[in-house]
Amino acid sequence: MSVSADPQSRKALVDLAQKFTGREITPFLTTWETDGMLPRDLHRRAADVGLLGIGIDPKLGGSGGDFADVVAMTEAMIGAGASGGVISALFTHGIALPHVIDEYHRRVDAADVDGADYLLAQTIEPVLRGEMILSLGVTEPDGGSDVSRLRTRAERVNESWTVSGAKTYITSGVRADRVVAAVRTPETGEGAAGITLMMLDPASPGYATPRALAKMGWWCSDTAELAFNEVPVAPRDVLGLGLGFASLANHFVSERLSLAVTAYATAQRCLDLTEAWAKNRETFGRPLISRQIVRHTLVDMYRRTDVARVYTHAITDRYINGEQLIAEAALAKQTAVEAAEFVANAAVQLHGGMGYMRESEVERHYRDVRVLGIGGGATEVMTDLVARLRGY
Amino acid sequence: MKIAVCVKQVPDTWAEKKLRDDDSTLDREAADGVMNELDEYAVEEALRLAEANGGEVVVVTMGPERAAETVRKALSMGADAGVHLVDDSLHGSDALATSYALAEVLAARNFDLVIFGSESTDARMSVVPAMVAERLGLPQVTFAQKVDVDGSKVAIQRQTEYGYDDVEAELPAVVSVVEKINEPRYPSFKGIMAAKKKPVETLTVADAGLDAAKLGATAAWTKVASFAARPPKAAGTVVTDEGDGGAKIATYLTEQKFV
Ligand SMILES: Cc1cc2nc3c(=O)[nH]c(=O)nc-3n(C[C@H](O)[C@H](O)[C@H](O)COP(=O)(O)OP(=O)(O)OC[C@H]3O[C@@H](n4cnc5c(N)ncnc54)[C@H](O)[C@@H]3O)c2cc1C
Ligand SMILES: Cc1cc2nc3c(=O)[nH]c(=O)nc-3n(C[C@H](O)[C@H](O)[C@H](O)COP(=O)(O)OP(=O)(O)OC[C@H]3O[C@@H](n4cnc5c(N)ncnc54)[C@H](O)[C@@H]3O)c2cc1C
Repeated sequence: MSVSADPQSRKALVDLAQKFTGREITPFLTTWETDGMLPRDLHRRAADVGLLGIGIDPKLGGSGGDFADVVAMTEAMIGAGASGGVISALFTHGIALPHVIDEYHRRVDAADVDGADYLLAQTIEPVLRGEMILSLGVTEPDGGSDVSRLRTRAERVNESWTVSGAKTYITSGVRADRVVAAVRTPETGEGAAGITLMMLDPASPGYATPRALAKMGWWCSDTAELAFNEVPVAPRDVLGLGLGFASLANHFVSERLSLAVTAYATAQRCLDLTEAWAKNRETFGRPLISRQIVRHTLVDMYRRTDVARVYTHAITDRYINGEQLIAEAALAKQTAVEAAEFVANAAVQLHGGMGYMRESEVERHYRDVRVLGIGGGATEVMTDLVARLRGY
Repeated sequence: MKIAVCVKQVPDTWAEKKLRDDDSTLDREAADGVMNELDEYAVEEALRLAEANGGEVVVVTMGPERAAETVRKALSMGADAGVHLVDDSLHGSDALATSYALAEVLAARNFDLVIFGSESTDARMSVVPAMVAERLGLPQVTFAQKVDVDGSKVAIQRQTEYGYDDVEAELPAVVSVVEKINEPRYPSFKGIMAAKKKPVETLTVADAGLDAAKLGATAAWTKVASFAARPPKAAGTVVTDEGDGGAKIATYLTEQKFV
């Protein structure tokens, strides 16, 4: 049940997310951007107040609530000055943990009590306590958009496996304690059917993190290249043999909606900062906001932001009610990404020289939003998907 | 140990406050209501004491329907239950009436410790904790910057201008706390979820067995006869220095009786 459905609880959640951001994030964000990563401690603090586990069953160590609460939290955090980079790094488990939870449920259904307990005690709970960082490794150096063609392979060795190959652009991959990696298991079939998710331990022999990647934006979110040379994987770390692609596809909708929220929330933040700026800043003896072209630009920024928000909210509500909305989620992402790119650009423009400076917040958003149209389904790939689903 | 925390909903500290034209009381509708900031410290202290010594924390408020939000906030921080005294006839109550109503509600519930914030940001009288203690016939250990409970005793450091005094009392007792005492937690998400299910007892004046004649604007010991907005800042006097600036300033200061 969505906490956000009750106005008082929603206000409390928004308050919490804003306070947490103001106390625990914004004072340190510049340092973390320079460090290239978030401190682990932040995960623990976020877990302590229940932010890490929103939308996850309390029986599994989550905080309860549902996806609407995740949306409200993300909006509030970005609105209070967190960044897309913070969201991606602090909530990396949001794209990785669902696969572990899916396997947990499969094991419970199959009466594999030990197997289920293992996942719960060794991964799910520690991740939600903020003690363990979990990444999702799908993309490979020679391809990310087409998941069905990935080449990292698992070989069977008796009951166990060894994994060889490479992953790249892996969020939180530098800090990760476990990586849910998509690997090819030829025995389960070809293409999509031949993909399995396995949990890899960076401490294993053959596992290397050759590079922390330097990026245009999302600086506080570490991104890694990973190399696997016969990394051993125990059967209990195999998250459903041959079920990898289906599991990934299952969570595409929530992943795309989450990115849409990051996008329009960032747009809203840029708009708020720019409105304040336009009221204060004078050129040619008058405040910027007194110029019609500036006011109209602000309206354009607002229009795009609000349309993206209202559409995403509507799709989110229907998604929570159990509808399958693959095309709509793709469109929400596209719409919000377009809004964010336009608004961040206009924000920098209206800030003038200051907008180009590291010290202004809009400069960071301008760089941070650029990835949103690439990761989690590139814009063209989304468009093509919708074309197919609509029969065009 | 059974601890009561008295909290008050006040207009948002940053909002512009207005008086109502009809009865010269604070216009509580004009601004968002929030928990009085010092009361957050009181709730935090109550929760810490209950966590350290075992026990139950009951949050008590008197206020309009909207004040239920403030009760809910304290519950989401971790308090166990709430009591909300709400009645149209309470409107306009002064500190004497408020202390009477709170004391009656508290007396009926046998608390070991009652904790207050040391003042509210709207009225800023700082007298309700002391008045309640007096009415309950309990020791008052107020303006605490540190509180320890040991068996049947409560020991506090009372903040003073020169440092602090150590003050002790037997339980039950009334404590008020100052900002220095702790850092209030924010409600966790679990707390927010749990708060909806926690019991809140809503009482009318009649339910609480209060004498309506002692409450509300008509019973108030003081009345606001009239009020006016603070005049805007005057432009001030500009002294132009034509070689005699110093003398002119001295004349001005003498005229204003500063020197
Ligand atoms: C900062 C960052 C963090 C990331 N985090 C993760 C992570 O945690 N885990 C993970 O697995 N991956 C992650 N990724 C990878 C991301 O998902 C991929 O970059 C994305 O899927 C695109 O894959 P690619 O980079 O290989 O681009 P390619 O697949 O090579 O595509 C390149 C471009 O070609 C165009 N294109 C591709 N296919 C088509 C088509 N069919 N029709 C028309 N145009 C097309 C698009 O413009 C696309 O941007 C991250 C990426 C970045 C930049
Ligand atoms: C990297 C860099 C190098 C630079 N190098 C130099 C240099 O070598 N020497 C030097 O002197 N300066 C230099 N500048 C300063 C540059 O010329 C100014 O940034 C530019 O003139 C804009 O002035 P401003 O930053 O004060 O913005 P403002 O004048 O405050 O304008 C802010 C924004 O408001 C909008 N705006 C302003 N006026 C109006 C209007 N009348 N109607 C509608 N919209 C309006 C525009 O979008 C503008 O971008 C540099 C700036 C940068 C970023």
